[in-house]
Amino acid sequence: MAWNYSEKLKDHFLHPRNVGVLEDADGKGEVGSVACGDALTFYLKTDPQTGRITKATFQTFGCGSAIASASALTEMVIGKTVEEALRITNQDIADYLDGIPQEKMHCSVMGREALEAAVAAMRGEKRAADTHEEGKIVCHCFGVTDRKIERAIRENNLTTVEQVTNYTKAGGGCGTCQAEIEEILNRVLEERRREAPPRPAAAGGARMTQLRKIALIQETIEHEVRPVLQKDGGDIELIDVEGDTVRVSLVGHCAGCMAAGFTTGWIQDKLRELVSDRLTIVIEPPGAAEAQR
Amino acid sequence: MKPIYLDNNATTAVAPEVLEAMLPFLRERYGNPSSIHAFGGDVARDVERARERLAALLGAESPTEIVFTSCGTESDNTAILSALEAYPDRRQFITTRVEHPAVLSLAHHLERKGYEVVRVGVDRDGLLDLVELRAALSPRTAIVSAMWANNETGVVFPVEELARMAHEAGALFHTDAVQAVGKIPIDLRRSAIDMLSLSGHKLHAPKGIGALYVRRGTKFRPFLIGGHQERNRRGGTENVPGIVALGAAAELALRHIQEEQTAVRALRDRLENGILERIPDVIVNGHRERRLPNTSNVSFEFVEGEAILLLLDQAGICASSGSACTSGSLEPSHVLRAMGVPFTFAHGSIRFSLSRYNTAEEIDRVLAELPPIIARLREISPFSRAHPVPDCAATCPTGCRGPKSCTPPAPPEDPDPPRRRFGPQHRRR
Ligand SMILES: Cc1ncc(COP(=O)(O)O)c(C=O)c1O
Repeated sequence: MAWNYSEKLKDHFLHPRNVGVLEDADGKGEVGSVACGDALTFYLKTDPQTGRITKATFQTFGCGSAIASASALTEMVIGKTVEEALRITNQDIADYLDGIPQEKMHCSVMGREALEAAVAAMRGEKRAADTHEEGKIVCHCFGVTDRKIERAIRENNLTTVEQVTNYTKAGGGCGTCQAEIEEILNRVLEERRREAPPRPAAAGGARMTQLRKIALIQETIEHEVRPVLQKDGGDIELIDVEGDTVRVSLVGHCAGCMAAGFTTGWIQDKLRELVSDRLTIVIEPPGAAEAQR
Repeated sequence: MKPIYLDNNATTAVAPEVLEAMLPFLRERYGNPSSIHAFGGDVARDVERARERLAALLGAESPTEIVFTSCGTESDNTAILSALEAYPDRRQFITTRVEHPAVLSLAHHLERKGYEVVRVGVDRDGLLDLVELRAALSPRTAIVSAMWANNETGVVFPVEELARMAHEAGALFHTDAVQAVGKIPIDLRRSAIDMLSLSGHKLHAPKGIGALYVRRGTKFRPFLIGGHQERNRRGGTENVPGIVALGAAAELALRHIQEEQTAVRALRDRLENGILERIPDVIVNGHRERRLPNTSNVSFEFVEGEAILLLLDQAGICASSGSACTSGSLEPSHVLRAMGVPFTFAHGSIRFSLSRYNTAEEIDRVLAELPPIIARLREISPFSRAHPVPDCAATCPTGCRGPKSCTPPAPPEDPDPPRRRFGPQHRRR
């Protein structure tokens, strides 16, 4: 715990910018609740001529990263048009702070939600994001809907239930909804797989990076992972790489062994260390490689 | 600057005398107490002297009632599993909702293995519901395990009464006294307790040494099965430096036990009363009399605990919190939830735990640093006395489980912290 925070996050926590009530605000957004452990009120003021945000302030009940996320967001939106501001994602907030610990990502999600709520209020709209009517509550401990879960999965390329909990808190209370979260996760991942168009060999940096990434992943699996697994009579096969999701299957001893969960974590750590810390590993059932071929 | 350390329920400083006592066993006196030669055999005598010292601190009838272990957790596990194995026809285990994970996680594990587990609740002051306990006791009960003193609130359970109740049902009684030993006088000669756990690092010995008291005549089954060490009750070559250190710490603790009741208590009260005088909207969690003399658990309304801890840390002050952000789960501490502490307070709880090494100057520095920290966070908070936390139903966009009054629901029957259902648990196997 403690100072597991970047210098920038620490600075925004120790010296939060733009704190307080904005008396002449055009929009005010409130999200979270004390019961859930964090709450945020976000105020916006725009210039009617230019449509740009001239002032933004906040009040937060929450931990260090909740305070820092809200503080960062005020700085990020000031000077932007409302449309530009709405394009800020929770990952942008995290990046602005030089990263937020994984288990605190929900703080940045809360910031984005509060901003949307404030804009909606300013426009006289009913708040769109996660109100009662919008979707079905999945996590009753923290009142998280399937909509919110789905959105977090899509926007942040989440692949595990634990990540969903880190980003939305869903499943982090009594834990009984974890199976339901997993269903949503599987459905969204399946949809994404189908949605993803077969990529043409387009030129350009992004494509190159992806190629380079795949090469690095192959190299890492070949030289770092496989030898270790083979020592235990197991093996690994790389099936596919989609974005930052690495699909592999474990064979031999590794498949279904008691330590599979441990092995997965270790492989993911290796890939993150040697390739990119955004990578997530997904284990396919043995034989998936054959099926795909 | 040396930090002001008010987190002694988490762990304590090794006393200088204790360090001195153990050092020879890390240097030249490295013999194995089981050896035939004098070089090892002499060490056995030091182990036995440590056992006597610990027996003296506990008021045990005989030093042979002490089994050295590796930590408090091992002692707790050993005691409970021993009872279940010794009485295979009794398939029920009774404990409380506010135990340390050393007991609660084991309870969860036992439940999955088919044992019946009852977790008795507490009231708003953290006092045990004796009616519920009595109702749960039956001829199926193998053992009742209830902590002597709570690590978060310091609340003390009436262990003698609990032991008698367990015995009436023919069950054994074990107490996790990890937080009690060295802080309150214990006299097991005049007690009905069958087994008692303690841990060295909570009483100025190092980490990695603990002990289990097993009353003579109590049926016992070892947890670590191996060599003949500890009279066949715990296999494994003895942690001699740790054992010697625990013996030295026990002797020191016995000498200072009155000081805990007077000087440490006075410092704790100075801190707690000072906070209550200087800061508005604060409550004390746990019964104010029936608790350890060194512990103060206070909640600051409208602010969140982790933020308080981080700012205290900036000021060189070490404490801990039961807030969600620090409890390793997304919900506040299971102890405060079991007590029904409202969410508005549970998230803003801070535990200060003192030792005899703290001074009045340190307490006064905390009293100078803390009010501006709370004031600063309250300035950032959307809530205040003028803007009270609204009805839960009104703020929670989707009507979360916290009902209208914002009172937390009782923790689920199985309060195993949910986050642990991920990774680490898989790893443990
Ligand atoms: C009440 C209680 N029981 C058990 C333990 C575990 O002791 P150890 O860390 O020695 O395993 C602790 C320490 O945190 C404790 O406070």
